[in-house]
Amino acid sequence: MSEREVRLPAGDETIEAVAEARRPSVLQVYRRPLLGICWGLVALIVLAVVGIVISKTGIGFILPLFGLLMLVTLALVTVLNGSLAWLEGAIVPVLAVVTALIIGAIVIAITDPQVLATLPNFLQDPAIVLQSAWQAISTAYQALLEGCIGSPAKISAGLEAWIVEGNARPFVSSMRPISESITKSIPYILAGLAVALGFRAGLFNIGAEGQFVIGGLCSVVVGYSVEGLPTYIHLPLAVFAGAMAAGLWAAIAGVLKAWTGAHEVINTIMLNWLAFRLVEWLLREPLESVQGTHRTAEILPTAELPRFFPYPIRLHAGLLIALAAAVFVYWFLWKTTWGFELRTVGANPDAARYGGISIGRNIVLAMLLSGALAGLAGAGESLGMTRNMTLGFQAGYGFDSIALALLGGSHPLGVVLASLLFGALRAGGTRMMSVAAIPLEITAIVQSMVIIFIAAPDIVRALYGLRAKEEEMVPTVIIRGWGS
Amino acid sequence: MFEEWREVLTRERVLGLVSVVIGLVIIAVAALFIEGGQVAEFFDDKLGTLFAPPSQPTLYILGALCCFAGGWQLYKGFRSTNVLLGTVGFLAVASFLIGITSGQRMNLPGLLQTTLTSATPLTLGALCGVLCERAAVINIAIEGMMLFGAFAAIAATSLSGGNHWIGMLAAVLVSGLMAALHAVLSVTYKVDQIISGTVINILAAGATRYMKIRLLSPAGLNSPGAIPTVRIPVLVDLPIVGKFFENDPTVFIMLFLLVVVQFIVFYTPWGLRTRSVGEHPRAADTVGIDVIRIRYMNVIIGGLIAGVGGAYFSLGLGQFEDNMTHGQGFIALAAMIFGNWTPLGSFFAALIFGFADALQGKMQALKVALPPEFLQMAPYILTMVILAGVIGRAVPPAADGQPYEKQ
Repeated sequence: MSEREVRLPAGDETIEAVAEARRPSVLQVYRRPLLGICWGLVALIVLAVVGIVISKTGIGFILPLFGLLMLVTLALVTVLNGSLAWLEGAIVPVLAVVTALIIGAIVIAITDPQVLATLPNFLQDPAIVLQSAWQAISTAYQALLEGCIGSPAKISAGLEAWIVEGNARPFVSSMRPISESITKSIPYILAGLAVALGFRAGLFNIGAEGQFVIGGLCSVVVGYSVEGLPTYIHLPLAVFAGAMAAGLWAAIAGVLKAWTGAHEVINTIMLNWLAFRLVEWLLREPLESVQGTHRTAEILPTAELPRFFPYPIRLHAGLLIALAAAVFVYWFLWKTTWGFELRTVGANPDAARYGGISIGRNIVLAMLLSGALAGLAGAGESLGMTRNMTLGFQAGYGFDSIALALLGGSHPLGVVLASLLFGALRAGGTRMMSVAAIPLEITAIVQSMVIIFIAAPDIVRALYGLRAKEEEMVPTVIIRGWGS
Repeated sequence: MFEEWREVLTRERVLGLVSVVIGLVIIAVAALFIEGGQVAEFFDDKLGTLFAPPSQPTLYILGALCCFAGGWQLYKGFRSTNVLLGTVGFLAVASFLIGITSGQRMNLPGLLQTTLTSATPLTLGALCGVLCERAAVINIAIEGMMLFGAFAAIAATSLSGGNHWIGMLAAVLVSGLMAALHAVLSVTYKVDQIISGTVINILAAGATRYMKIRLLSPAGLNSPGAIPTVRIPVLVDLPIVGKFFENDPTVFIMLFLLVVVQFIVFYTPWGLRTRSVGEHPRAADTVGIDVIRIRYMNVIIGGLIAGVGGAYFSLGLGQFEDNMTHGQGFIALAAMIFGNWTPLGSFFAALIFGFADALQGKMQALKVALPPEFLQMAPYILTMVILAGVIGRAVPPAADGQPYEKQ
């Protein structure tokens, strides 16, 4: 079975549009000299980088140089394409994130105690109010930036110390913020893939949060209770237990939908609450390791996901699982018959039924896989980071994943990129909380704004005066009422 | 796979089997866990003991009746499965009550009063759902609207120096504002209604917690005290039903709104237009009904009502807590579906959920040897069972969930 895009015969408007697109742009006219300049710049920068590394002086310039190199690459791509068309798909998501961050800044400013204190004097001295608002925003966002990328000065200094003196420690600790961002994005990638896979099958899995907890719990239980196994059996077993348990948990909603037509949205939400209560009880009584701590025992070393680097950097092997899962989801959805059936059921159930595809089977399969991915997220987090199970383990990863799947256009690559962004926001948010005393929930506000702008791109286009595009970027999830 | 199972296990047969199993469970529990000679006493504050059946024999009889009903269903079949469900449901609940009170005393009118109180936010949420979905806008943001309402109620009450009615008003307005956002997104921008609702839920959870930490708690505005109960003078002295007339004011507002919404939806031109927009928007448009306007109005009015439900949570407690709605907005939605998209039906469904909730509280008070978490799960499981259509097939408005494109 293969898919083909069916194009309608072109009308007059399309012909005009084609003619307009053929008109050579400035970039195309001066393509040759521009290309020459670009290549010359690239050569210069490469020479400079090599020179700096060999002579071991001025190492602090490496980072800005890398930035410049990236800019040049982007310029090269643009020149080679002859247009900015490759950017168009990214423009709405980028603007959505930027707008959401601006709204976050406004929220930070108007809830700042300093600003509120000066507000009564607004009419006499507006400058003071604006100044304190600016102060609040810049403190907060500077902390956010430092929390997710780190300070460039420290990285440069660390790099210098490493290359010149051979002392890697400062460099390693200066890389902590960025590694923290990536670490935090691991559960996001997996949970985002879970929701995205559901979307592709026409299902809205709001239960990722509950599945995340169930997965984490089962992995931990296998991780500490099964003894005497070597790592290469114990670790996969623990990971698999988490994924399988969460998959079956989610499949309850799938079976109910396939069998009775009960809508998965409410059922997955109810399963969330059931999962929370279940885990509360388990942590209060049967699985509690020390009376009154509400936590399980620590997992055995054989079940730990190995970490790549020494202490301050917590990046763990869950990253490999997450990336493998992204590749798997892509392969499964677009390269296998099962995946094709799944997407057909999501895109048009009537056509799927007519084509002889069992809707019920695919709904259950989709929920099972979706739950398993969310469970993997929980497994990765518990085996790689917390190493035991406590109350409040879920920490909102499951709910954020809805925004992720939307932002990533329900495509694995998009989900991975969006997860990196959300991981950075989370890492930065944590620092923002400790430095600027801004509650972590600001990220929830920013994320819901992102969902709004992605789901209603017309708002973003209206805000920035962009023209509407023909086809929608986000795959439409058509929810057909409550029945099936 | 599912189709084949369905043919063997028809709904009638499954229900019959389940009834027999329930009957057997009742008898087994009575034999194993209840000591002979114990009495389950039900009392009222004013009348004293109402009735006190000996628990074990009564349970045997109830269990046998339950088995018999199930067997009859398998053998001959009741005319309608609802008769079976009603009978078995009643028997099961009665046995349950006797089982947990065995050897103790239970205030039966008190239980019913708690049922009504617990059903209040659910009914208000369901009324919001009815108004929205009758105009074909799915609203899963009831939870978020209530949460915003709960927050606004406390904030406004504290700022106004303890006037709870200003708090109530603020809850209604803020919740209405969120409903307006839902309407803008789902009606004007045609965002998927489930996604738009989810956004409001996420925003509500995040924003209320943010503002609580940043503004409410530091300024000491999070403890204005609970709203005083309303006491209706003469009626309150009646036996058994008297308790209903001394209640949270929200309960009375809910009953009033229930009647009003039922009247509006089914007996006014506005209601007729709303329903036609929900069933066939194009036809409604053809006869000159402004589909977009009707949807906007219904969603916003629904939001206003949900705000009252939100105020119930926080004003009843006297302070705002994170996520204090605990998924009640979604249970309200289930009550609406179970109530077949009618206000009165939703109210009765909400009473069932309220009963489950009240029972849960009573069982904790009676020290039944079950972890409280399991008892708290009851309403959620009940929701799933009801959604699975065990109890009759519900028919949603035909155009539910579809954005309207004017031609």
